[in-house]
This record gives sequence, C-alpha cells and structure tokens, in this order.
Amino acid sequence: MSKILDKQVLSPVIKLMVVEAPEIARKCLPGQFIILRIGEEGERIPLTIADFDRKNGTITLVFQEVGKTTKHLGMLKTGDSIRDLAGPLGTPSHVENFGAVICVGGGVGVAPVYPITRALKEAGNHVIGIIGSRNKELLFWEDKMREASSELYITTDDGSYARKGFVSDVLKEIIEGRGKDRIAMVLAIGPQPMMRACCRLTEEYGVKTIISLNSLMVDGTGMCGCCRVTVGGKTRFVCVDGPEFDGHQVDFNELALRSAYFQNEERAAMERFSAHCNCGGAQ
Amino acid sequence: MDSEQKAGKQKKEIIPKKHPMPSQDAVARIKNFSEVATGYTKETAIAEAKRCIQCKKPFCREGCPVDVDIPGFIKLVSEGDFAGAIRVIKEKNALPAICGRVCPQENQCEQVCTMGKKNEPVAIGRLERFCADWELAGEVTPPKVEQPTGFKVAVVGSGPGGLTCAADLAKLGYQVTIFEALHVPGGVLMYGIPEFRLPKKVVQTEIENLKKIGVEIKVNSVVGKFATIDELLDGGGFDAIYIGTGAGLPYFMNIPGENSCGVYSANEFLTRVNLMKAYLFPEWDTPVKIGKKVAVLGGGNVAMDSARTALRLGAEESWIVYRRSEKELPARHEEVEHAIEEGVKFAFLTSPVKIIADEKGIATSMECLRYELGEPDQSGRRSPVPIPGSEFIMDADTVVVAIGQGPNPLVPRTTKGLEVTKKGNIVADLQTGATSKQGVYAGGDVVTGAATVILAMGAGRIAAKSIHEYLANKK
Repeated sequence: MSKILDKQVLSPVIKLMVVEAPEIARKCLPGQFIILRIGEEGERIPLTIADFDRKNGTITLVFQEVGKTTKHLGMLKTGDSIRDLAGPLGTPSHVENFGAVICVGGGVGVAPVYPITRALKEAGNHVIGIIGSRNKELLFWEDKMREASSELYITTDDGSYARKGFVSDVLKEIIEGRGKDRIAMVLAIGPQPMMRACCRLTEEYGVKTIISLNSLMVDGTGMCGCCRVTVGGKTRFVCVDGPEFDGHQVDFNELALRSAYFQNEERAAMERFSAHCNCGGAQ
Repeated sequence: MDSEQKAGKQKKEIIPKKHPMPSQDAVARIKNFSEVATGYTKETAIAEAKRCIQCKKPFCREGCPVDVDIPGFIKLVSEGDFAGAIRVIKEKNALPAICGRVCPQENQCEQVCTMGKKNEPVAIGRLERFCADWELAGEVTPPKVEQPTGFKVAVVGSGPGGLTCAADLAKLGYQVTIFEALHVPGGVLMYGIPEFRLPKKVVQTEIENLKKIGVEIKVNSVVGKFATIDELLDGGGFDAIYIGTGAGLPYFMNIPGENSCGVYSANEFLTRVNLMKAYLFPEWDTPVKIGKKVAVLGGGNVAMDSARTALRLGAEESWIVYRRSEKELPARHEEVEHAIEEGVKFAFLTSPVKIIADEKGIATSMECLRYELGEPDQSGRRSPVPIPGSEFIMDADTVVVAIGQGPNPLVPRTTKGLEVTKKGNIVADLQTGATSKQGVYAGGDVVTGAATVILAMGAGRIAAKSIHEYLANKK
C-alpha cells in the first residue's frame, strides 16, 4: 500500500499526486515509470514519474482522467492509499551535455517532460522548452518548466492563453530561426498525433528526436509483450527497451492501431464505473 | 523380481487400470473456469493406493525430481492415515497440492512405476493431490522450524522454485524474504497456469502456509529495478541470494503482421485471463478480446492452456497450429486429451509465415505453409521441413503465440559478475545451483530455459541445500 500524501487538481481532468514510495524514490531517474493498481479487481496501468524527492521518499504522479482507472484514481484523496505500486520501470532517459536541446511537452505530456528537461539543464545543456495544451484551463506547470528550461515558449490550440497554435509551430520556427545544425536534439512527449507531427517536422530538418511512448501494458516488466512497437523495423518492448525511442524510427500507424484495440472495452468500463460511482460521469 | 513375488504372495487381485479421475463433463466445463478434475474421494484414494505393490526398490522415487517417499505415503493412504501420508510428502515437497495437479507424472514417477510395466501405473499424482487437498480442507499443521541461524536470504521470484527454496531455508532456521515483481506471489502458478487446471486459491493457500513458517513475501518488488542483486547483498543485509526469475520473456515468430491487434503472446493472453481475471471483465478491469476463430501457435502445455482458455472465453473454434506431428507434441498427455475432449482442433505440420490484418490492424487470417518431417534435430525430434509451394490461407481473428519463452533479462542485465549464456540464461551448476558470483545461486527456467514446475522446485531444493552449506561455513 502506498499512501497519497498530497493531491492537487491541475486542471479539471489532470490531477497530481505525491505518493509515499521510498524504495522507488531512492532509485528512479528521469524517464522512468511505475505501474499501479488501485484495488483488488483493478487493472495495472503505467504512469510516468513526473517528479521525485529522494529525501522524503516520495514520487509525484500526474495523470489525465481518460479511462476508468485514471478516473477512479482521480477520486482518491490525500490520506488514501494505492494498493499496488511497482517501479521504477523502463530505461531512464539518456542525459548528457548535448549542447542546445528542445524539450516539447503537449497536454499531460508536460509532466513526463519536466524531470528530463531539468536533468538536461543540470547537465549543462541550453534547454529550449515548449509546452502547449488545447486551452488555458488544461495548461499546468508553466512555472516549473520555466525554472527547468533556459527559455520557455507556450501555445494553446484555441489561443485562450499565450500564443495560439500548436507546439509544432513553435518547434518549426525555432529550428528555422536558430538553424537545424545548432539543435542537437529534440525531446517530444505528449499525445501520439502531437509526437507524430513533431517527428515529421524534425525528420525534414534531420534533427534527432526522442519520444516517450505510452502504449498499453499489462505487467510492465518485459513479460507479456502487450506494449510491443516496431522501431526501425524491429519489434521492441516499450516497458523494458523504452519508453523512449528515436521518433523517426517509430511505426506510428501500428502504435495508433494497437493503442485503439481495446477502445470498446475501455468505454464500457468507463460507462459502468460512472453509473456505479455516483460521480455523474465525466467531470 | 522381488516385488512381483511379493505381490504374488499376497494373491492380491490386480486392478489393471488407474481409478479414473472424476472430472467435470467436457460440454459443461468449457463454459466455466472451474477446475476440470475434481479429485478422488477417500474411498477411491484408498482403493487406488492399494494398487501399489510396495516394491523393495521403488523406481518411482528415483523418478521424482524432489525425491518424495512415494511408496511410504501411498502405504499410509491405503491404511486411511491421510495425516501421516501428507506429512511424508511434505518432508520433501513443500507444494503438494500444486504438484499433484501439474507435474508431468507420466514422464517421471509414473513412467517408471513397476505396476506400469504390464498395466497402468499407480496414479501417484492423483494420490498426492488427494492428500494435499485433504489437508487443506482442515487444519494445516506447520512443519517444524529449526532454531534461527541469524542469516538472511533473499529469494528473487516467487514461482515454484523460489517458493521451494524459501520453504526449505525457512525450515532450516533462515530468515527468508521473497521479492516478487507482480502484485501477487506465485509466479507462473498465478499468471500462467489456468484456473481450470490449478485453482488460484490452492496456490494462495500453499503460500499462506509458507508465511506461517516465517517466510516474508514482498510483492511489487522488481529486483534489478528498485534494487540490484549487489545492493541486496551489500546494503540490504542479505547473506545469500537465490534467483528463480523464470522464463518471463515471450518469444515471437518474427513474421510479418505479428504486431497486428488480436495477436497475443501466450504470456499476455494467459496473464490477462489468469492473473488479471479478464474472464470476469467488466467486474474486473482488465479486458481480453477473443475472436471467433483462435489459432494457437505451438504444441506445449502453454499452447494447450491457451487453446482451452480461448474456448472458455467463447471462441467458436480454437486451433492448435503445430509444425510437427501429433507424436511430437511436447504437452503433457493429459492436457492434450483434455483439449481434444473439449473440442480443440489441431492443424499439424502447419506453421504461419505471415499474419494478415484488416484496415483497423486487426488480424483476420494467416498465410501458412505445410511441413513434412525430416531428420531428427538436436532435441531428438524429427525436424519440420517446409513444403515449397504449399502456401494456404487459414482464417484466424485471434492468434496466440505459444512457441516458448526466454529468461527475463532484468536481473542478468543488472548484476555485475553474473555469467550468462548467449541466450541470456544464468550459468549455474546444476548440482549445486551456484552461479559465477559468490553467495548467489540460481535455478529453474532462468537457468535451464522453459521447463516444468517440478524441475524448478527440484532446482530450488538443491540451491537451498547449497546455501545452507555455504552459510554454515560462513559462521
């Protein structure tokens, strides 16, 4: 059992939880994730570690309520416990002084981008941060990303805050403005269409781009292969070989199809949960 | 032969066949996940036990990887002393309710049973299960535990090997902690072997009994991630370690279309159903999707388990697609029989070369090749040779790949100084379980490649003995 020590509502559908997990906090590195299960009948879901505090033995999880389990998780309160928490899983981000790097976070992807951004800056990189969301309400951690980056750009799809447009628009301008040879690497984490758009763009310029995949998982330790994805023509497991991969090598079509395979079941589970939990459905 | 003379002297009427195992009817059972074989009654157990002729030289015992005193316990069963019988079994086997159900007895104790030379062997497995179930139905008396030695041992993985090693060491007075990566202990007994063959309640009861003799189990603890083997030895305060992490890496065919939706590794398919109870979706959260026609690739126990599971999930047809012939099927005989009874179909000498999917990426069919058998290969089985131009299309909207598993790499990759083979198996002395690293022992599938529950238990027992000797010298 892992106790929830703090809970914050970052947006109507994005929640933050600080969870007691000393063994994970002691070892985890940017880019790694955990698998959790809320209760006896629960499913195992992966969530990226958005932050950690080794001294206090805590990790921070940020999640968007997209399905039954994340919805249920979002209803837990400070003082409640999460039944099962395993980690840190996955291969940590490769952090070194590359020179100038761009870190792009889209939507809830800002959370996993944050610790890597901070680590890259600490390693001596000039870090250009770009974060974006659909609207102002969904944007979070502007302050933390500003601190972790050398410079920060913000977009909203509808223009309700900062610049109207997509993170990829800003990414294009920066690569063109600074020159593609002066950007050593791009890190892009967010919804699959956003990562795909970023990769298409950087591929044109030949700028290396790392993305972090959020495929379906069951065990998260390399045992089942549910999370497999084709990278550079080879089958890789997101849970142990990833979650980060060279975005130009990832088969996004396959990734999207595999991610959608259980859509009907996910919807049915959500509807059933909404009917039983008296939470009145979404929000 | 002494034993035959003795049997003759008693003028005992020989019952040529084993007493049949009471089972759920095949038509009824493919609609549920309850256990297929329901177990002997007291009367049947005593009658079956009386078939044993109590050979002076019991070959059965030599055939048992953990050296259970088989004639000894069977004699007590024949006398109706079930408490005595289970005590004898438990001297050597910490998990009899499990072994009685899943051991391949036909290749072990029962294969060499003297009765079996002219008739059917004594149903040793069924009797073992009877004794274990008899005990579990009442109060279990914990075995005697020696004085604490003061040494701490870590066991990595709570599958059959880890549990056996832990049980033996705990009885010898060691403080044992088992680290399990998943959220429940039991390893393959929980995620792999289906409920209808090994009820999960049986597994958990056996594990509860281990806890009663002081074994501590830490779930959600992925060794290699939250702590390495070196950290457990240096900072963790453990004096020795047993690695029994099993064969947790699924092999795929490496054919085009294999990443289509509806293609599962057997590990994924069975984990969803057994560990995550997908057959109870939506009461339980984890779903599994099953098509109308399921193709299971492979011919081992895992393949049989997958094909039979698919029927219970509502598949209209469930096929075993195997590239050799019926004779080479590596599965336990009883599993193949059960599969046939339940309506599983077999496509022998067949293997896919490509999986075809629709526009949503969901598998619809497989392009297959037919095979013929050539010369025997390294495994001694005749090797399958593809017949050129024999391509044909087989419909399948769910494909389960059950062609074997490799060792999970998490521990080998993160342990300095631990010798591994090219395939990633840990190199360990099969006589002692010792690895290239001092104080670190290993056994079971992570060393040998995918095998059976009882062989893993045998390896766990051997390592426990070696760890005991190693730590006794350290005093």
